Amino acid sequence: MAQIIIKNLRKDFGDFTAVQSSSFTIEDGEFFMLLGPSGCGKTTTLRMIAGLELPTSGEIYIDGEEVSQKRASQRDIAFVFQMFALYPHLNVRQNISYPLKSQRMPKAQISAKVDEVAQILGIEDILNKPVGGLSGGDRQRVALGRAIVRDPKAFMMDEPLGALDAEFRERMSEELRALHDRMGATTVYVTHDQLEAMQMGDKIVVMNHGSVEQFGVPQQIYDWPATLFVADFIGSPPMNFLHFNDTLSKGDTHVTLGGQDFEIPRQLQAASGDLVFGVRPEHVSLDQTSAYKGEVMAIEYLGTTQIIMINAPNGVLKARVAAADTVTVGQGVGLAFNPRTITIFDKSTGAALLSDANIGVLDHG
Amino acid sequence: MAEVSMKNISKSFGDQVALEAVDMTVPDGSFVVLLGPTGAGKTTTLRLISGLDKPDSGQILINGQDAANQTPAQRNMAMVFQQYSLYPHLSVRQNLAFPLKSPMLRTPADEITRKVAEVADVLQIAHKLDNKATELSGGEMQRVSIGRALVRNPQMYLMDEPLSSLDAKLRSDLRIELKRIQASLGATMLYVTHDQIEAMTMATHVGVLDHGKLVQFGPPREIYEDPVSIYAASRLGSPKINILPADMFPGAPRGATQIGLRPEHIRIGEGQVADVGRVEHLGDQTRLHLTLGNVDLITLTDAHTTLATGDTLKIAPQSPLYFDANGDRVH
Repeated sequence: MAQIIIKNLRKDFGDFTAVQSSSFTIEDGEFFMLLGPSGCGKTTTLRMIAGLELPTSGEIYIDGEEVSQKRASQRDIAFVFQMFALYPHLNVRQNISYPLKSQRMPKAQISAKVDEVAQILGIEDILNKPVGGLSGGDRQRVALGRAIVRDPKAFMMDEPLGALDAEFRERMSEELRALHDRMGATTVYVTHDQLEAMQMGDKIVVMNHGSVEQFGVPQQIYDWPATLFVADFIGSPPMNFLHFNDTLSKGDTHVTLGGQDFEIPRQLQAASGDLVFGVRPEHVSLDQTSAYKGEVMAIEYLGTTQIIMINAPNGVLKARVAAADTVTVGQGVGLAFNPRTITIFDKSTGAALLSDANIGVLDHG
Repeated sequence: MAEVSMKNISKSFGDQVALEAVDMTVPDGSFVVLLGPTGAGKTTTLRLISGLDKPDSGQILINGQDAANQTPAQRNMAMVFQQYSLYPHLSVRQNLAFPLKSPMLRTPADEITRKVAEVADVLQIAHKLDNKATELSGGEMQRVSIGRALVRNPQMYLMDEPLSSLDAKLRSDLRIELKRIQASLGATMLYVTHDQIEAMTMATHVGVLDHGKLVQFGPPREIYEDPVSIYAASRLGSPKINILPADMFPGAPRGATQIGLRPEHIRIGEGQVADVGRVEHLGDQTRLHLTLGNVDLITLTDAHTTLATGDTLKIAPQSPLYFDANGDRVH
């Protein structure tokens, strides 16, 4: 298995820059997520790693070897697409055997290998069935089997669950992740679904407009987003943005919102002008003693918790509170924010201002 | 708006039973969501109420009047389908105005303009009003088809998975908007989905359908907290309710063979020893995949838990629900 290093990778299609100077490292054995909205360059990045596209500039190292201009077949990488294409006229065993046959592996060895893979995937009982009559899940398992059987250095997966319905998707994502944990294979996985990325990934790269916005461990990205884009893209509901205009100096530990004083992590950067006070919904609480007041606009009951949408002086925000709390639409509420979790952003650049709280994550991000 | 009742409604297609003896009242001004997997009878219910299909037996009452002899037009229901159908040669504005131009309505021109602008604004398509319907993305087309229902003033809105083709962000915006529109109009809405979040967040009442039978009907909170069966309990909540053998923990009532534990109803720190499998940090919370004996279960804990795969912990039920061998609730 392999470590993959991406350095200053760039891809132009004519005048259009699909990926611009991306750099990140995928450690050996990691389940690595390329996350972003459609058109952000994540699939292009994956295709360059696999060798299906050649980069305009930059380097790709697989286990220390620079492969950016090498053909896909020389990189020993297996690719799993969203639309898993199986050979319709072959049965399951023949489909999985195919990559080994084309490598001219001896028959007995192929058979043993296919049996092993079928066992890993739990599809021993369908090996002799034609692929035509298989369920969606089994088809996907066969497609995975065909990728696994080659023992490649790494797996590339392009939204492999994108076409499945929600319930089945949840099950397959657990299965994929469990499979990865058993095999320990380096896996690079493209998705636009932030929950899928949080749930499955050891690391995440968040991309937007061809650039890497942030790269790191899911929980750290969630807690300490580097940019407004990341803060908004990750989390459901996303981070709340309260807009204010102020001058912050290095060392400040308070800001003023709507005439009220709020504690924030000690700032390490000065800034002035249009700023954004970022707070996650679960760090907003309803507190009648607070002089910062808002009005409840909507309530979304979720069973475990409920989401309260509140019109506040600096913008609309959402609070995640216990399902047992009684709140009604139209009610006036006081708001408190967990001071240790706040990120202040510079609105003009979109970047998070460094503070005591986020420097550990953002300094080497 | 109207109150609609179904009395003992049954409907089969060949030997396939779609609905069986369904009794349900959609109160005036309510937002009723029918929840169930494919084939549960959700869409059939909508088609019977709208008059597109006739029941084999039973009665449909609209404001207390038997609707059996009313045509779909007379019933005046506005229907939104999962598959949008717009007039491709017309602009978005013309598509939205179309229902109001019906000779039966005689809506004044300035009224049409006002309504169309209002609905376009709510659905975030105001900037596309002059585009041809064919120049829109799938999500935009679906918003136009919702808008075409909203400009009317029907007895009731019938919606069949209208948000399922939209992306997550738009879906969550439109959930709030639809709920707000329904509440502010005092509209009666019957809405079909298999998405439990839509049911929980928008409904005043949820109807749980299981193979053509209405197994529970009530506010989402009631169904979540007080389900009649494992089936009903499993329809709401993500991650799903955990089901364990009743003898795993003391205290099961007579007749109970299974315990249902919502992920948030597992107390950590006492009770039986469980092994920690996968730990999923979702940001706002962490999902722990546990194994207790030979049963897998999922519980929720702090976002910043230090628990890791391979650890063990003790767990005990908190507010357990008990079920018998058939999956029916035991108190």
